[in-house]
Amino acid sequence: MEFSLILEKSILVLILTAITLGIATYLTYGERKVAAFLQDRLGPNRAGIFGIFQPLADAGKMFFKEELIPKNAEKWLFILGPGIAMVTACITSAVIPWGGDLILGGRTISLQVADVDIGILYIMGIVSVGVYGIMIGGWASNNKYSLYGAIRASSQMISYELAMGLALIAVIMMSGDLSLRHIVDEQSGWHGMKWNIFFQPLGFIIFFTCALAETNRAPFDLPECETELIGGYHTEYSSMKLGFYLFAEYINMFISSAVMACIYLGGYNFPGMDAAWFSTHPNWLSMIEVGVMFAKVSFFIFCFMWIRWTLPRFRYDQLMHLGWKGLIPLAIANMVITGGWMLLFGK
Amino acid sequence: MDLLAAESNNPNHEFITFAIGMSSPVNYLPIVIQSAVAIGFVALALGASHLLGPKRKTAQKEESFECGIEIQGNARYPISIKYFLTAILFVLFDVEIIFFYPYAVNFKEMGIEGFIAVLAFVGIFMAGFIYVWKKGGLEWEK
Repeated sequence: MEFSLILEKSILVLILTAITLGIATYLTYGERKVAAFLQDRLGPNRAGIFGIFQPLADAGKMFFKEELIPKNAEKWLFILGPGIAMVTACITSAVIPWGGDLILGGRTISLQVADVDIGILYIMGIVSVGVYGIMIGGWASNNKYSLYGAIRASSQMISYELAMGLALIAVIMMSGDLSLRHIVDEQSGWHGMKWNIFFQPLGFIIFFTCALAETNRAPFDLPECETELIGGYHTEYSSMKLGFYLFAEYINMFISSAVMACIYLGGYNFPGMDAAWFSTHPNWLSMIEVGVMFAKVSFFIFCFMWIRWTLPRFRYDQLMHLGWKGLIPLAIANMVITGGWMLLFGK
Repeated sequence: MDLLAAESNNPNHEFITFAIGMSSPVNYLPIVIQSAVAIGFVALALGASHLLGPKRKTAQKEESFECGIEIQGNARYPISIKYFLTAILFVLFDVEIIFFYPYAVNFKEMGIEGFIAVLAFVGIFMAGFIYVWKKGGLEWEK
């Protein structure tokens, strides 16, 4: 790999990381505004016009707060926990295609950090490593509530990973490739509307439910269920380490929305894009594609928030029943039906 | 109109659909760069908040939180076996699910024979799953 390509990728990585952190910061604002809207309140409106500087004020406060490490906690593991959670959240975005190619100064720049042929497996693998961040943090706190929160979180995340993996298999059977770029390009037929959600409605619902559980969002936010567990796995955390756990949750929400948009909603494909190919400059087309991708991601993020402020929390045994006895058999059935359908009707 | 045809007319988009094939280790280099950026940011932010924040430690502050009462024993006491069972079952079933992936990638080439073979595998998977279910391995109320 020549030097200019490394430079190009480094710039792309820096931009992507900055965008990810910016979005995560502003999602806290978005969440509070959506909550306020759904509950007929105003929400944050003091810092700046409509309160748009609120997340910056919050982030600044995170830096200037005292950091406390309980004296009977394992100090280094206590610091490592939020670090792992944040790092894994930040690197998942590497294989997501954000749009077509840009042509700048004769160079073709792909708007995807790494187009590897194991795309989806990479995401599943990194998401599994994220469980360690929560587990290590909760265990190292040496607090009963933290430990219970951590155990609940890990056992919930691994349970829903099974159904998630099974729901994905049906999509992979249709595309025959694990690369997200390829899966997105497969959906560009029918004038940009041949999205997988029309072929895999059940798989989409299973995947969406699992994404809620994987990101510990309501109605599956039992790890931080405040009525039973105070703060869950981050009860003992303060300052930036607490901030990292909260940021990691928002980044995961952003990334899982992007993954869902890629796999089920056609990624950056939009209706009429084949007509636009002839009439638009490729760079403008790529920018429109990035805009379309982010619109789909925003839609999913709004759904996440909408669900959080609408549905009550599950009980833990209900959560496990839904995951093991509901979603896994459904996902298996979905996979077998997809295979049989494709063989019978030769799609 | 056919999109693939449109694509082959447009040289700028040719490598979108045809960039399929084996990745070499070089393709993973950007992931290493991204990991380095993420680790650097995390280390920097944790270090900055450590330096910027006030440090006024007292004995009460450094205790673990336990709803305002004195700490009763160690937090690491035995917990419900169900969590352990869930972890074991996850390992079993996750390995089986990973076996589906190579099949799913090659589904179109393998045709009806491959599908029958996978149906047998799904049968074994479901037999194990139903066994665990009937044995009460998935019960949480008891």
